Amino acid sequence: MKLDRVFEHVTRGFAASLVVVVVLIGFMLFKESLPAMRTFGWQFPATQVWDPVADLFGGLPFIYGTLVSSCLALIIAVPLSLGIAIFLSELAPPLLKNIVSFLTEILAAIPSVIYGLWGIFYLAPWLRTTVEPLLAKSFGFLPFFQGPPYGIGMLAAGMVLAIMIIPIIASISRDVLQAVPEPQREAALALGATRWETTRVAVLSYGRHGIVGAIFLGLGRALGETMAVTMVIGNRPAISASLFAPAHTMASVIANEFSEATGELYTSALFGIGLVLFSLTLFLNAGARWLVRSTMRGAGGGRE
Amino acid sequence: MKKIFHGLIFSVVALFSFTTSAAESLLINGAGATFPYPLYSKWFYEYQKINPAVKINYQSIGSGGGIKQVTEKTIDFGASDAPMSDAELSKLSAPIVHIPTVLGAVAVAYHLPHVGSGLKLTGPVLASIFLGQITKWNDVNIAKLNPGKTLPSQDILVAHRTDGSGTTYVFTEYLSKISSPWKTKVGAGKSVQWPAGLGGKGNEGVTALIKQTPGAIGYIELGFAMQNQLPVAAIQNKAGNFIAPAIASVSAAASGVKLSADYRVSLTDSTGAEAYPISSFTYLLVYKKQVDPVKGKALVDFLKWAIHDGQKMAEPLYYAPLPGSVVSKVDQTIGQVQ
Repeated sequence: MKLDRVFEHVTRGFAASLVVVVVLIGFMLFKESLPAMRTFGWQFPATQVWDPVADLFGGLPFIYGTLVSSCLALIIAVPLSLGIAIFLSELAPPLLKNIVSFLTEILAAIPSVIYGLWGIFYLAPWLRTTVEPLLAKSFGFLPFFQGPPYGIGMLAAGMVLAIMIIPIIASISRDVLQAVPEPQREAALALGATRWETTRVAVLSYGRHGIVGAIFLGLGRALGETMAVTMVIGNRPAISASLFAPAHTMASVIANEFSEATGELYTSALFGIGLVLFSLTLFLNAGARWLVRSTMRGAGGGRE
Repeated sequence: MKKIFHGLIFSVVALFSFTTSAAESLLINGAGATFPYPLYSKWFYEYQKINPAVKINYQSIGSGGGIKQVTEKTIDFGASDAPMSDAELSKLSAPIVHIPTVLGAVAVAYHLPHVGSGLKLTGPVLASIFLGQITKWNDVNIAKLNPGKTLPSQDILVAHRTDGSGTTYVFTEYLSKISSPWKTKVGAGKSVQWPAGLGGKGNEGVTALIKQTPGAIGYIELGFAMQNQLPVAAIQNKAGNFIAPAIASVSAAASGVKLSADYRVSLTDSTGAEAYPISSFTYLLVYKKQVDPVKGKALVDFLKWAIHDGQKMAEPLYYAPLPGSVVSKVDQTIGQVQ
């Protein structure tokens, strides 16, 4: 009995340590970014200049780059991932299901620097010589596909990120779909629905919260990804409508510049960028967890 | 329960005292620049073979980190590619000396099929290219300097470092010196606001960009250009000669400059007739008055060894050794460290 109490307190302490770590990180970021906030105020996340020589810092190009590259990744990854998830959960024969599930998880385990290497040596040249000229020729009237095709740039970053988040979205969505109670499907089938109609009406709409949660978790990964993006995005803190143009992200600017950032204001500005990124991912992840949980709860009788 | 606890404490204490007594050899800690790291790690390895009592531990965390840590005295010596600025020096609690160890150079590499190595460029033209004002390879300003070469009408793609680095400092410091538009628009620093081009992470990132993209031009450490066999530009020096980066022409940069007593001097655009204009020292930062005399003595012995015997190891790793005149001067400086 006494041991039980000890056990309870010890594990409670462990759990609390996690909370403490998160709070401390947030506090540290806030404290360290104070000099930059005092100097630039609310202008900090809203201005475009990033000039370490003149000690002028604005975070907007990085916030823009992070958001746009991540959204681009979602546009590419979401349809693909949902296709994979539906196939695995609803249609695939068991053997194929195991193989594809396994491969999806392998894809998630590849270190990001490998994706970056592949991006810079294969994806970027291919984009430069084939994809971007083709896009410019067919859709060149849109501002997204104008300018010189470097290969390296926003499009390359979006594509690398898409490949990195597909396994996350696909495997969580599959779990969500499998948690949809079997009677849902049976009811739809009994009403004479086709397989597609069953999936759409009974399965997808039932699991939609969970799917949204999965997408947000993928987005969270994309927002924070550093290495692979740095290698292919071109690292230029400028805002351009064109997807061919180089851009920069919050995670890459921190990783690239902090080791040689000497001035107090410079370091503080990097912490400020860190604070924005931290808040954004924290907020998104919390939202996503909540959505996933609201679907999973009480989902008895699902497949497996 | 109590017994186990005491036993645990005892063994932990025993473990620690064991490791400290085992490490009876002197441990000297340093940190800083990444650029000379390959040479430094070779030096420390070779030096320990000669002098097993001294073990030098070096972390290549970047020049900024090296300066920060040596200022806070958490390490025994720092290392930096750029000399410490007056503002940085004013934060020190005790005087520090800059010890130049070797010279490095920044090569301007490019990717132009059928043009070959040795494209001639002047400082102002180089600045215009990096400012994004010259955008085509067959621009009249480049063609004028290279009458024998057929230049394509290709777009120029500028590649630069995106991470803060001493290499960027040396390159932008040179451009600031030679071009007033560069000085007013961009200036010199370890990271700058680049007016044009793509950023790669590290020398390897810029090298990859240059290799991947026809029409690219970028600056990288000499060693990287040589190892990757990239064509490099010959840059016009102050004497008017077009000089390709090589070990001899980089060493020549140090003999063509009047050295100040603290060596905080820029070697770019050196006056020597054979000097490559984008060269620089790399430094170790050592406190003049050493807190621990035993450690201080060991450090001085090492520094002496490095600028004499150690210089032989520089060239195979593509660093330029200090010229003889500089070595004798640095010898005196090392003598001041106590």
